[in-house]
Amino acid sequence: MNHDQSFTNQEFKIVGTRPPRPDGVDKVTGRARYGADAFAPGQLVGLILRSPHAHAKIKKIDISKAEKLPGVKAVITSADLPDLTKGDRGQLDILENCMARGRALYDGHAVAAVAAVDAETARKALQLIKVDYQVLPHVTDVDEAMKDNAPIVQPHIRTVGVNPAPTKASNVSQRTEFGHGDVEAGFKRADVIVERSYKTEQTHQGYIEPHACLASVGPDGQGELWVTTQGHFTFRNQCASLLGMDVAKLKVTSSEIGGGFGGKTHVWMEPVALALSRKANRPVKVVMTRDEVFRATGPTCSTSIDVKIGATKDGRITAALATLRYQDGAFPSIWGMLGGMTSFACYDLENVKAIAYDVLVNRPKVAAYRAPSAPMAAFAVESTIDQVAAEIGWDPVDFRIKNAAKEGTRASYGPTYGPIGIGPTLLAAKNHPHMKAPLRKNQGRGMACGFWFNFGGQTCTDLNIGVDGTVSLTVGTVDVGGSRASLSLIAAEELGIPYEKVKCTVADTASLGHNDTTEGSRGTFSSGMATIYAARDAIRVLKERAAKTWEIDVADVTWRNGRAMALKAEHGNLNELTLEELAAASPRTGGPIAGHNEVVADGAGVSFATHICDIEVDPETGHTKVIRYTVIQDAGKAIHPDYVEGQFQGAAAQGIGWALNEEYIYGKDGRLQNPGFLDYRIPVCSDLPFIDTQILEIPNPGHPYGVRGVGETSIVPPLAAIANAVSNAAGVRLTHIPMSPPRILKAIKNGNGKSHAGR
Amino acid sequence: MAQGIHVATTINGDAVEYVCQPRETLLEVLRNRLGLTGAKEGCGTGDCGACSVTLDGRLVCSCLVLGAEAEGRSVTTVEGLSTNGNLHPLQKKFIEHAALQCGICTPGFLVSAKALLDRNPDPTEEEIRYALAGNLCRCTGYDKIVRAVDAAAKELRSKA
Repeated sequence: MNHDQSFTNQEFKIVGTRPPRPDGVDKVTGRARYGADAFAPGQLVGLILRSPHAHAKIKKIDISKAEKLPGVKAVITSADLPDLTKGDRGQLDILENCMARGRALYDGHAVAAVAAVDAETARKALQLIKVDYQVLPHVTDVDEAMKDNAPIVQPHIRTVGVNPAPTKASNVSQRTEFGHGDVEAGFKRADVIVERSYKTEQTHQGYIEPHACLASVGPDGQGELWVTTQGHFTFRNQCASLLGMDVAKLKVTSSEIGGGFGGKTHVWMEPVALALSRKANRPVKVVMTRDEVFRATGPTCSTSIDVKIGATKDGRITAALATLRYQDGAFPSIWGMLGGMTSFACYDLENVKAIAYDVLVNRPKVAAYRAPSAPMAAFAVESTIDQVAAEIGWDPVDFRIKNAAKEGTRASYGPTYGPIGIGPTLLAAKNHPHMKAPLRKNQGRGMACGFWFNFGGQTCTDLNIGVDGTVSLTVGTVDVGGSRASLSLIAAEELGIPYEKVKCTVADTASLGHNDTTEGSRGTFSSGMATIYAARDAIRVLKERAAKTWEIDVADVTWRNGRAMALKAEHGNLNELTLEELAAASPRTGGPIAGHNEVVADGAGVSFATHICDIEVDPETGHTKVIRYTVIQDAGKAIHPDYVEGQFQGAAAQGIGWALNEEYIYGKDGRLQNPGFLDYRIPVCSDLPFIDTQILEIPNPGHPYGVRGVGETSIVPPLAAIANAVSNAAGVRLTHIPMSPPRILKAIKNGNGKSHAGR
Repeated sequence: MAQGIHVATTINGDAVEYVCQPRETLLEVLRNRLGLTGAKEGCGTGDCGACSVTLDGRLVCSCLVLGAEAEGRSVTTVEGLSTNGNLHPLQKKFIEHAALQCGICTPGFLVSAKALLDRNPDPTEEEIRYALAGNLCRCTGYDKIVRAVDAAAKELRSKA
């Protein structure tokens, strides 16, 4: 059934309130079951052997001794994961990342795996596997990797997007370009031009729950996988495809997820766990250590970016140009392209160009990390915007307001915007008391804007009404931050019943149609849309049942406040029928009452945020302290404001860690030197102030309630907002993220230009 | 495999016996032998606090304590926070204040926060922040956690 997707500006009774989340009690009592919290009869412990080299040819793997160790039930290498990808190089890349095939491409790359009766036996077995490596030259820096003489990470790669098509292998997997107008002509018209280069280091999503799964495959080709994932349907499809299983015969259940932020959108060791189970014919549980999480999963890109922006003295940007180099780890991807697309998305520009390079290095395969690629581009662009504003003597907020994109603006990446929130967030920032608060010595204030696309995608939802009139809402989008509460609110709103009457469950892959992964801030947006339609579908059935009970035409029945009512005066003698009454009578009026919806949730609304922060810099040590932080973001419509605020605050905190401290440090040997939370330090409670939030609601015309995704956008501004604040506090321009104390001290010592001018 | 060690201890008020390997951590014993999976392993190196429990009332990372060390002592885990079916005020306030998102760090925060309030019933914001600095949360930015702990402290004081 086709549903009208457009925003209707209805009045809400329940949406927008803040009831307790349905999974709250389980999570405060320790009852909630995460990836590592499942156990199966006869389960084995699976462990993975990883390459200690950044780049090496695997000449031989001898597993014979490990196989003979008592208690070892299976040992596998890439030979146990044959290539079934039929020439699909993207799929083969995923398989090769799960288990090296002839070459180890980064420190931490899996080369073999064992399943044994207990952890101690499995650890001993790993030590008995003999791998004969021939170490090859490696490269881990994005700029080094682009040089002509750099070691080649993937010999089959030829740069896509250049003319003529190259014949020689390169670490540049693709070049993309976005924009419009004539930037050279625009720069000629500028009174002021600022051109600057920036670097950002690699960070990890840092979810507190390591990857974990429990895999079980029988000789009949049927299997089950319990796993912490953002997308169990995607995991099912990928694992089935890589292992040659039927999709319908692999049931994947998503556990409670202990954080993902994009890092749990990709399969890592799950196909390996299934292959171990298949070989051992017993359930196998694989739980990564923190060291493995850092070395072999998910980090975001490190980058190197040049930005050039010109403006006239009356505050108008005449041209903007960015060249962005993003490293994707050892496998090609689109992260540089996304950086190019997002870089100037906040502004209404006549002449704009972004050239992006995706680059391979000997580091782990890069995964999505919350608004992937946008924070680094925003850091470079928003830092430059501040410098341009200073050069022409404009207030940074006013300068951004003057140039902000608006409805009808052609975005630098192509589309023309509908109603958007960049202008309103800037205006809210301008009027925010934070902007006027006094600053003390060594303190600086910075602000910056951020953009994210948001995504909709395939969604399938069931809504079943129990005989007592309570409602089971069954969704297939993994709940990463409270979406079960939001979706229950939406079902209650549509049906006109109390929130407490709805219970939302995330179903396994055998219980519901395909749902795309919870990514692109799509959870509440798309499952919310499917929930609205499923509820309306159920209301259609409820009205039919009432009509049947009353023996009147269904067109004469309406649904209001959780009950069926007969319209028209001639039905005046008919009492209303409540949901409970209709549910109780359902066995006699046609059977179970349910609503369903399958939808490709198009119409995700773009999202913008503006952040303000105050930073104190100790000029003696380079130490920084976040004094005050304010997030202003457009949510479209906040379904459950607590969890919208939570997304804003969490994203800001991740951005703060990225800006000031977090960093992958590689040695000259290409090995990661800080794969643990002691040396890769994420913000702790005492590092941060309260993070103030302001939710703006500029309705998304492509959603019945006006919802926009809210999860990602607020990780985009912090790098730049903090860089602008630190630069203002220290009196020098910081161009390298993270702004760790040594980098700040070095910048102060070198006197990186005056804070604003800094050319 | 080494010979197992017999341990008699008290967990959440109940007498418990188990046999563990010499190198097995208390966290592994709780999770894999006793089915108490409320304590989580986020790092295994004492940096994240997700495995926080109290040992004779003292806050510890159970990944840094050997299972054998629990002999004759008293362990409290998140599963022991609610009494007679009633949630502890900290547990209630965490739900009310939306102080959890993914919830993986929540058991550790609750155990740490209880240890704080047991010794300091009226902590300042700064005292709360420093007491919880050994617990990593990647979802919330700590804002709502600090507010929930403060609210629970107020409620506990009003009852005292």
